[in-house]
Amino acid sequence: MIDLKGISKFYGQKKVVNDVSVSIAKGKVTSFIGPNGAGKSTVLSMVTRLLNHDSGEVLLEGKNILNAPSDALAKKIAILKQSNNMDLKITVRELISFGRFPYSKGRLTQKDNEIIDEAISYMELEDFEERYIDELSGGQRQRVYIAMTIAQDTEYIFLDEPLNNLDMKHSVQIMQILRRLVRERNKTIIIVIHDINFASCYSDNIVAMKDGKIAVSGKKDDVIKKEILEDIYEMDINIECIYGQQICVYFDEHENATVDDFIEDQARA
Amino acid sequence: MHDKKNNRRLIIFAAAALIIAGLYTFYQLNFDILYYQLPSRLNRVATMIIVGIAIALSTVIFQTITKNRILTPSIMGLDSVYLFIQTVIVFVAGARSPLITNDNVNYLVSMIGLVIFTVFVFKYLFKMTGNHVFLLLLIGIILGTFFSSLSTFMQMLINPDDFLVLQSSMFASFNAINEQLLWITAAIVLVMLLIVLKDFHSLDVITLGRDHAINLGVNYDRKVSQLLLIIAVLVSVSTALVGPIMFLGLLVVNLAHEVFKTYKHRYLLIGSSLIAVITLLVGQILTQYVFNQAVEISVIINLVGGVYFIILMLKESRR
Ligand SMILES: Nc1ncnc2c1ncn2[C@@H]1O[C@H](COP(=O)(O)OP(=O)(O)OP(=O)(O)O)[C@@H](O)[C@H]1O
Ligand SMILES: [Mg+2]
Repeated sequence: MIDLKGISKFYGQKKVVNDVSVSIAKGKVTSFIGPNGAGKSTVLSMVTRLLNHDSGEVLLEGKNILNAPSDALAKKIAILKQSNNMDLKITVRELISFGRFPYSKGRLTQKDNEIIDEAISYMELEDFEERYIDELSGGQRQRVYIAMTIAQDTEYIFLDEPLNNLDMKHSVQIMQILRRLVRERNKTIIIVIHDINFASCYSDNIVAMKDGKIAVSGKKDDVIKKEILEDIYEMDINIECIYGQQICVYFDEHENATVDDFIEDQARA
Repeated sequence: MHDKKNNRRLIIFAAAALIIAGLYTFYQLNFDILYYQLPSRLNRVATMIIVGIAIALSTVIFQTITKNRILTPSIMGLDSVYLFIQTVIVFVAGARSPLITNDNVNYLVSMIGLVIFTVFVFKYLFKMTGNHVFLLLLIGIILGTFFSSLSTFMQMLINPDDFLVLQSSMFASFNAINEQLLWITAAIVLVMLLIVLKDFHSLDVITLGRDHAINLGVNYDRKVSQLLLIIAVLVSVSTALVGPIMFLGLLVVNLAHEVFKTYKHRYLLIGSSLIAVITLLVGQILTQYVFNQAVEISVIINLVGGVYFIILMLKESRR
């Protein structure tokens, strides 16, 4: 369990994260949603000690995260940021191997290699293993980074927009793998995600942020509600139940409505 | 498989360094003055090995931390600070002061001055600029220019005899290095080398950038301060020993990147050290046998390194 207790962040005079308090349940998928600039990435960076917070505290299983030794923490929590660009001559396998650094400190054991192989096959990267990462497509590279994070084999996994650049098939695949990690290995997964339907279908809990504050948080069915989402995103949203899942439709209800009608409606509203 | 090739390259460079060092030591050895000539040549070879290692290590680490391939501690202003220290000594105490004439005292003063400067620039400014590399580099360059202008100004005020003494410290020289200082420097460089090699894996992780490094459990800020201190010591002792060779680090580290094409510090650290030693040896051979001591070794290396620097800048700006 991770507890955020009133954390805030200032950039200059601007308070981009404002007194955020929330508990992240263990063994669940928790999704952070909200408009661009809401402060989701900033919160994730502060929770994972990449960024200092200006006030408040983050408790990992009751203990302040800043007091934990850095190398012990790396076996407990892993974070993949929203954008990762590195200008290095490094192969896919070498990069994924870095996920084992907290354990092996650079000297890979047999067990490390097995875990690396497993992460590679999870992300279907077998064909790219020896390729340099700067020779991959955006989506392939994103899968490499996710594989590296999975190879780190931590109890808590934070992924900031993991579906960036991914096609539909791989997006679904990754969400299913995340569910499997929760189900089979009792991992705790925290993601930032923009596709509200992915959030709705695959998470247990949802934290919705707006303007640096938490707008709503709770079980997914308590958050995926018309009024709540309309308020957060400032647009019309309809929610339909399809195959037992709450699905958001951003289109109009009139028969035969075109996209242009919808945009006009929005402008009028 | 790439590693195998790189291992072979390391062996080739090590062999080349050994052969050239052997050639330099034994070429036209005059047996009548053997007892004088041999130790003096060995002294030079040892100096070149130590300085080569110090400059190569410090530059590799510096470029890994700052994520750039163009700037080095020397270019950042350390060389100008060294000259500034020498100039101030001559300006204030005169050229006959023991601060200049006594090697040991001069070494100590230069080293302390350089370490203080580097720690100030790197640690204090790192904090002030919030690890903002480009801002930091900019300030470094401005400080460098500031100190060299200040030196030039003072040099115009001192008398010509003093200036001649001062001039000799403007160029690095491997001739007649004080043996005692050589051993002290060797000991310091060796200790630093061991510290760096013991933990070269975390340099690999630092290459991935701050966020990845922290995520993987490297205590980034502490590690980087420690490395900056090591850089400061390495550059300071080698500069205090032989004088400044501004473009040596840039030249050898970029050659190492060119040859080894890897992010792995095992190859970068050892490879660039070997290349540095070879470069110095070749430079020294050219100075002694081709130019008959008419040209300083640092002039040769800076000429080659300087041209290379310009090529790198052009390449970088075209990207
Ligand atoms: N380094 C910075 N300096 C100044 N302001 C920043 C900095 N980083 C982020 N911000 C500001 O903080 C706010 C929150 O940014 P954050 O990246 O957390 O948003 P986000 O919710 O992740 O958005 P997105 O969905 O676009 O990724 C934004 O208004 C952003 O402009
Ligand atoms: Mg973000």
